[in-house]
Amino acid sequence: MSKNGAASGADQPEAAERIPFWQRVCDNPFLLLFIGVTVPTVFYLIWGIMEIAQIPVAP
Amino acid sequence: MSATPQYRVCPTTGLKVFGATQALIKANAVAAVVFLAVGGLFGLSVALTRWPDVHLLPMDWFYLALTAHGLDVLLCWIIFFEVAVLYFASSVLLNCRLAAPRMAWLAFWLMVIGGVLTNITVLQGNSSVMFTSYTPLQAAPNFYLGLIIFAVGALIACGVFFGTLVLAKDERTYEGSVPLVTFGALTAAIIAVFTLASGAIILVPTWLWSLGYISHIDPLMYKLVWWAMGHSSQQINVSVHVSLWYAVAAILLGAKPLSEKASRLAFLLYIFFLQLASAHHLLVEPGVGSEWKIFNTSYAMYLAVLGSMIHAMTVPGTIEAAQRRLGFNKGMFEWLRKAPWGNPAFSGVFLSLVLFGFLGGISGVVLGTEQINLIMHNTVYAPGHFHATVVTGTTLTFMAVTYLLVPLVFQREIMFPRMAKLQPYVFAIGAGGISLFMMAAGTLGVPRRHWDITFADSIFPYQIPSAGFLMMALNGVCAILAATGGLMYIVNTVASVFFGKRTGDAPVKTYAATPAQAMGRPVVADYGSAGTMYIPGTIVLVGVFFVSFVLYYYVNWKYLAEVWPLR
Repeated sequence: MSKNGAASGADQPEAAERIPFWQRVCDNPFLLLFIGVTVPTVFYLIWGIMEIAQIPVAP
Repeated sequence: MSATPQYRVCPTTGLKVFGATQALIKANAVAAVVFLAVGGLFGLSVALTRWPDVHLLPMDWFYLALTAHGLDVLLCWIIFFEVAVLYFASSVLLNCRLAAPRMAWLAFWLMVIGGVLTNITVLQGNSSVMFTSYTPLQAAPNFYLGLIIFAVGALIACGVFFGTLVLAKDERTYEGSVPLVTFGALTAAIIAVFTLASGAIILVPTWLWSLGYISHIDPLMYKLVWWAMGHSSQQINVSVHVSLWYAVAAILLGAKPLSEKASRLAFLLYIFFLQLASAHHLLVEPGVGSEWKIFNTSYAMYLAVLGSMIHAMTVPGTIEAAQRRLGFNKGMFEWLRKAPWGNPAFSGVFLSLVLFGFLGGISGVVLGTEQINLIMHNTVYAPGHFHATVVTGTTLTFMAVTYLLVPLVFQREIMFPRMAKLQPYVFAIGAGGISLFMMAAGTLGVPRRHWDITFADSIFPYQIPSAGFLMMALNGVCAILAATGGLMYIVNTVASVFFGKRTGDAPVKTYAATPAQAMGRPVVADYGSAGTMYIPGTIVLVGVFFVSFVLYYYVNWKYLAEVWPLR
């Protein structure tokens, strides 16, 4: 089941195996949650709200 | 051994199914099917009203039915079923008890109360504001309150999912990375958190506005934030149904993903970029700038589309690799010809894959392109597109999965197997036709949402080409077919769940060695790739897809040039 477990040989301790950066990212659900909420909040919501808020009010 | 075991071992998959998880999956799935039945009936009445020669409902009933249809199928049916999938992907696939089952039950009842309250309010007749409920249209306060309660329930369910991931890691019920299907469900849960938070941001003030505590809601601001909920909620669907494509292939065929890394990268692209596609609903709004529109659609959205392109290659590739391993190696397409087409779980998933890609995927890119969006914005093309994604994509996949869910979780036999065999085809042809003909009518200028597509009492008359009326009639015929397929599904599911023969410990028929036979981990809960890239049939199919994509994309640019000639 384990990618790490499968990759490590019997004579090679699992702790010595270096886990790739992107795998560590993918294995951290709360980091992914942070990214998945922050990116659309910044680029879609906040940017969009700022544009609408700057529209001058009709006299 | 305890007299009442905390879990049972599924004889087909070899997975532990905990009692609380099983009960919650059952409850959410049953609620989903009930809302589908109600919403589907409203949908049929809408389609028959849009069929010019039938024009079934009077105006006020049409808008009421359209509102209820959107709420029941886009929100309730889909999200109830998705919560069931989240519990399956966390508790069952990770061999772990569900975190906080009482909170999960609270979530369930909040969703039921919210869904029922909104339905009752709509049926009272003074909240026919449609699913989008754009301000300054105002519904009764309970309309918004029901939606808020439903959203809070769904958010709690996402919390239970995340809690179960933490619990599984703490209790070391799995090692290394979570299985791909769980990773896809995680993608869906992340998108759901953003979706539901956006819903709260806009619906709470709108509710207060309907109560008279707030004097004004800016329509453009409403539209911007509402679509962060409205469109992103459909991105939850995409993540869930793609995960289920991998799950069904793994359970039935023992299929490992063609490339774990590539499939995870595709889901990662969804997490980063998919929600930004909400911006395509505002592509003709003058209040937001081109930079915002183009970044969110033509840059970010295309990266999410890249994710879908990867799945478009890896899902059929996964199936082909598994079929070839089972011995279907002759020529380019023996693996496809001899696939288990008589098994509704497989046929439903494969039809969903094809229709979602060709109809929903390609039209989504066209709608997301600022320039060519102008041709069909606010026409019936948009519902055509999302019926391809949500009905032929998500709904058909959920129906297909139900044929596994009933024996595996409810432990009942499918009561009418012949009807089950036929059902995905009937529904797919009907729903595919609805999408296709609505998109064709939209291209000819037929408006969306409107009771009278002829604009008979308009000050500025507009003549829709007669082909547009023909397309709407064909849409009506296909709606009847889809409703027939939907009815077959509901009758069979309800009959099987309540009156089907108990399966006991008999495994479901699969086409590869079951874990018990292979003495290994079930593939659906495992990590690892198929170990081959020999998928010539898939490469041909993907080639056909790309050629169709390019042709359709450029045909629309040509069409734009004719609508708006630059001389």
